[in-house]
Amino acid sequence: MIQATINRKPVTVPEGTTILEAARQVQVKIPTLCYHPDLPPTASCGICIVRLEGTKRMLRACCTPIEEGMKIITHDPEIVEVRRTVLELILSNHPNDCLKCGRNQSCELQNLAADFGIREELFTKFIGGNPKDDSTNAFVIEPDKCIHCGRCIEICQEIQGVWALSFLGRGFNSRFAPAAGQKLVDSPCVLCGQCASHCPTGAIFEKDDTLQVWQELQNPDTFCVVQIAPVVRVAIGEAFGMSAGTNVTGKLYTVLRRLGFNAVFDTSFAADVTIMEEASEFVERFVHKKGPLPLITSCCPSWVIYLEKQVPDMVEYFSSCKSPQQISGLLTKTYYAEKMNVDPSKIVVVSIMPCTSKKAELTRTEEMFASGYQDVDYSLTTRELARMIKQTGKDFANLPDSEPDHLLGDYTGAGVIFGTTGGVMEAALRSAYSFITKEKLGELEFEDIRGLDGVKELSIDVAGSKVNVAVAHGLGNVMSVMNRVREARDKGEPSPYDFIEVMACPGGCAGGGGQPYGVTDEIRAARAQGLYQDDREHEFRLSHENPCVQQLYKDFLGEPLSHKAHELLHTHYVKRTTG
Amino acid sequence: MSEKTVLLQDTTAGSTTGTHDFFGIFKAALRESNLADTVRLVRVADMGIYNQGVVMTILPEDITYANVEPNDIKRIIGVTLKHGNPVKDLLYQPKFRQMRLVLKNCGRLDPSSIDEYIAADGYRALLKVVEQQTPEQVIADLTASGLRGRGGGGYSTGLKWKFTREAAGDEKYMICNADEGDPGAYMDRSVLEGNPHSVIEGMLLAGYAIGATQGFFYIRAEYPLAIERVQKAIDQARERGLLGSNVLGSDFSMEIEIRLGAGAFVCGEETALIASIEGKRGTPVPRPPYPSVKGLWGMPTCINNVETLANVAPIILHGAEWFSGIGTKTSKGTKVFAVTGKVRNSGLVEVPMGTTLRDIVFEIGGGIASGKAFKAVQTGGPSGGVIPEKYLDTPVDYDNLQKLGSIMGSGGMIVMDEDDCMVDIAKFYITFCVEESCGKCAPCRIGGYQIMHILNGITEGRGTLEDLDRLILISRAMKMGSLCGLGQTAANPIISTLTYFEDEYREHIVNHRCPAGKCKALLKFSIIRHLCKRCGLCERACPEKAISGDREHGYSIDADKCTHCGVCFDVCKFSAVERV
Repeated sequence: MIQATINRKPVTVPEGTTILEAARQVQVKIPTLCYHPDLPPTASCGICIVRLEGTKRMLRACCTPIEEGMKIITHDPEIVEVRRTVLELILSNHPNDCLKCGRNQSCELQNLAADFGIREELFTKFIGGNPKDDSTNAFVIEPDKCIHCGRCIEICQEIQGVWALSFLGRGFNSRFAPAAGQKLVDSPCVLCGQCASHCPTGAIFEKDDTLQVWQELQNPDTFCVVQIAPVVRVAIGEAFGMSAGTNVTGKLYTVLRRLGFNAVFDTSFAADVTIMEEASEFVERFVHKKGPLPLITSCCPSWVIYLEKQVPDMVEYFSSCKSPQQISGLLTKTYYAEKMNVDPSKIVVVSIMPCTSKKAELTRTEEMFASGYQDVDYSLTTRELARMIKQTGKDFANLPDSEPDHLLGDYTGAGVIFGTTGGVMEAALRSAYSFITKEKLGELEFEDIRGLDGVKELSIDVAGSKVNVAVAHGLGNVMSVMNRVREARDKGEPSPYDFIEVMACPGGCAGGGGQPYGVTDEIRAARAQGLYQDDREHEFRLSHENPCVQQLYKDFLGEPLSHKAHELLHTHYVKRTTG
Repeated sequence: MSEKTVLLQDTTAGSTTGTHDFFGIFKAALRESNLADTVRLVRVADMGIYNQGVVMTILPEDITYANVEPNDIKRIIGVTLKHGNPVKDLLYQPKFRQMRLVLKNCGRLDPSSIDEYIAADGYRALLKVVEQQTPEQVIADLTASGLRGRGGGGYSTGLKWKFTREAAGDEKYMICNADEGDPGAYMDRSVLEGNPHSVIEGMLLAGYAIGATQGFFYIRAEYPLAIERVQKAIDQARERGLLGSNVLGSDFSMEIEIRLGAGAFVCGEETALIASIEGKRGTPVPRPPYPSVKGLWGMPTCINNVETLANVAPIILHGAEWFSGIGTKTSKGTKVFAVTGKVRNSGLVEVPMGTTLRDIVFEIGGGIASGKAFKAVQTGGPSGGVIPEKYLDTPVDYDNLQKLGSIMGSGGMIVMDEDDCMVDIAKFYITFCVEESCGKCAPCRIGGYQIMHILNGITEGRGTLEDLDRLILISRAMKMGSLCGLGQTAANPIISTLTYFEDEYREHIVNHRCPAGKCKALLKFSIIRHLCKRCGLCERACPEKAISGDREHGYSIDADKCTHCGVCFDVCKFSAVERV
């Protein structure tokens, strides 16, 4: 343990603790701007400087480990003046359009300016004049709002291993941009949105579709339907002051109806359908040897883009099953429309997703129009829905609970854990085991593939055969798994894994790029716990036990992997590079 | 084999005797005396002695003569070349003499010959350590010598080695920082071009001490000759078994390779340099961890500057005590300066630490070339500051320069006279730093740009007194809030010019006048009627057609059209154009 003082108060902290962390022990909040607890410090802003007592030496609190006997002063007139000047310098290089910026009231720069009581502009304004990049369906880049904190680049390069973003140019003219200055859509970007969810300002912001959704809701000729993704229920509460992991499913159903949606569905139901197809696909390949192993999950759209661009040789292993978002939309405009006698051409399907990439998935291939219409019309992020709720003045925290529309709304515990890393695999294994053995698993919870380790492995015995699975999340962790598969394939050996789950974002959808700001591993874990709790509280915890799913197959689809199911619920992938 | 060598500097400008054929006369005299085969006559460009007519040094006796006239040649041949005795009245007796340790053999040895280097005690220090000394002893010697980094930081070289040696790592790296980038500085280049083996030997000694197996020269690509010579020297050393596996038959093995810098000034900063070698964008990262703990590819890495490394072999050979006997209490040894600017003799100067600025500027440098008044000397390049006349007697060392608001830096020294505007100087350096800022941290990226903008305003007559407060605020924020040395020191030229020459700033702001006559936008030109001879030269020379009139009525300048270029002022033969 290290003993030191901060503002002359003693602190005792483990070795390696930064000054910033140590200061919390004495209830001191050192202001920061580029620092994000989720990322290694880039130390670029200079706001968090502190002083070694009695010296002129300044240290950056965010990245300097406190040392034995250090005497740190966090606030004195000179330190505050330097911080303030640095902040004013940053403001001189930042546009003044807070009122029409998407990050108004959630902007870290704005908050800091408020804390420091900035009332005038001390320096001449110089704004870069770099053009917006709105080449993707997922988000808009406004380089002029960038404060060069480097978080987006850190997460894109180091955590995700995607290398779509980097700093270009030098000095005052440096800017963050897709590599080589190309448009984002032409870059290696997979639209995971981690950059957007870690950006302190509005420099990277999801493409806001709320206005269009409002218009659809107000249009008397439309029949608006909404679906909410599993993990939204345990995260959106954060935007209303609740702790991460608080399950607000019932309030969500209520508020969505009050916003004007004609029917409220749950994507977790569609997740159960995905499992019916995907687990059956696994059984086909594993037991009946119809198709190559490993089977790789495909419900994460960023993972799909990554695979098509970066590991095209793996395309044949991909599950052809569509994602729950697409299945829900498809079933709404076919099965539901038929049953409820609603004209599918009037149905507008809106999905609430923890994800920016889902916006682009809507039109990914012609199979996303399998109903004869665009299956899902709009995809909003958790953050966008939170803003819509705030706009209507709904007192979200005190709303009563309600039920979803049952036809496509009732879900099992297996469906809801889709929202966290390992959840898809766990749900699939529960059903696949039953499909193969005709028995029910004794222990439904697979601790080995839960949690936030980058790559998790599990081997279970199914009817005398070992099923080896791997779960990876955070794209930076994926290649090691893919390379193991490649190595075995090149040597002509059987694959080390039979089934692989990949989610692009760290923590899976729980840490999705469309989730409320300020994510950390603590928050990812809390959101996941919220889902596991929901699972435990469900009567049905296996997808194929869902009565509504059973009815769907009975009335509409026939069997899993039936001709109709294939036509409606499956898709294909393209090798987009030769690499 | 030549028995003696005569190094001849016969190209000094301003010599009185028309010595362009001195070399030929000497050569003929040698032939006449039948010494053509035993005396090697070498013409060298710069021996560091100026304004002393023809200068020569005779080796191996190391006798130096100055102000040699052609009729002295006979005596020199008779007394010195034949008998090895000095001709007393010709001996060079400097008022102040340079002390050349680092530059000692630059210009004296053929840089492409390892044999010449070896003959001059080269690689003896390496032999000594691999045979007789443990790495710990080498480090102890270096620490005791008091050698401090010559690249600018001034950190104890011995301690740096110690930390790298003690850090845990499967592999360790030694890097020679040859990314010399200060405007006007070329110390490192001269050493690399003139005596590459001395730096390679220093790297090997450092590598032995810290336990490195791989070394890198990080040389800026703008130094092609240095790169060529270092590469050749590396190849030669490898052939001789001085580097590679089992150096000189010992257990010590080390390879050295060259990496090229692509021209970014910031890559001279240790962490940015490491990023650059790793193939990443050359931007600094926070320290700690220091490179000595976690450097190149995450391994303990020691980075020393060229001049620092050139000091190492002599220290090992002659001992720490010898070295620490030179210099001041806190700064030992010598320092090479690149003296440039308005000084009469510009060039590389190597003096013991503690030499006063006055001695360097006036004794060695020969004072101001134009004969005008000395105004200030700028040390430390873009990271340094200006030092005015009243501090000229300050003994130069790391700590004294810092106290004056400047730094030692890598050894740039620019002498300025009354024609130099201090606001303009500050603007020059901050413009350099703005161009060279990597753009990573806010204080440097935006602060530098804002300062540049403010100084532009002041030199163009748009300044306000509040601008002075802004300059101070930004400078302080840059100094304390920037991530790396470049940003932390970039405002030094502003702070020091404001400290010593605030009146000059005020004169620009309040009276819109540049006392040095440098800031063109503030200059006003007019024709003094009673001095004008109506020759019309100014009218024809004015590129803006701002001068009108004729030989009958005289000429006048239209202030609205005038762009203050000063051509009329320069062409007027009668001092009839006034510049205020």
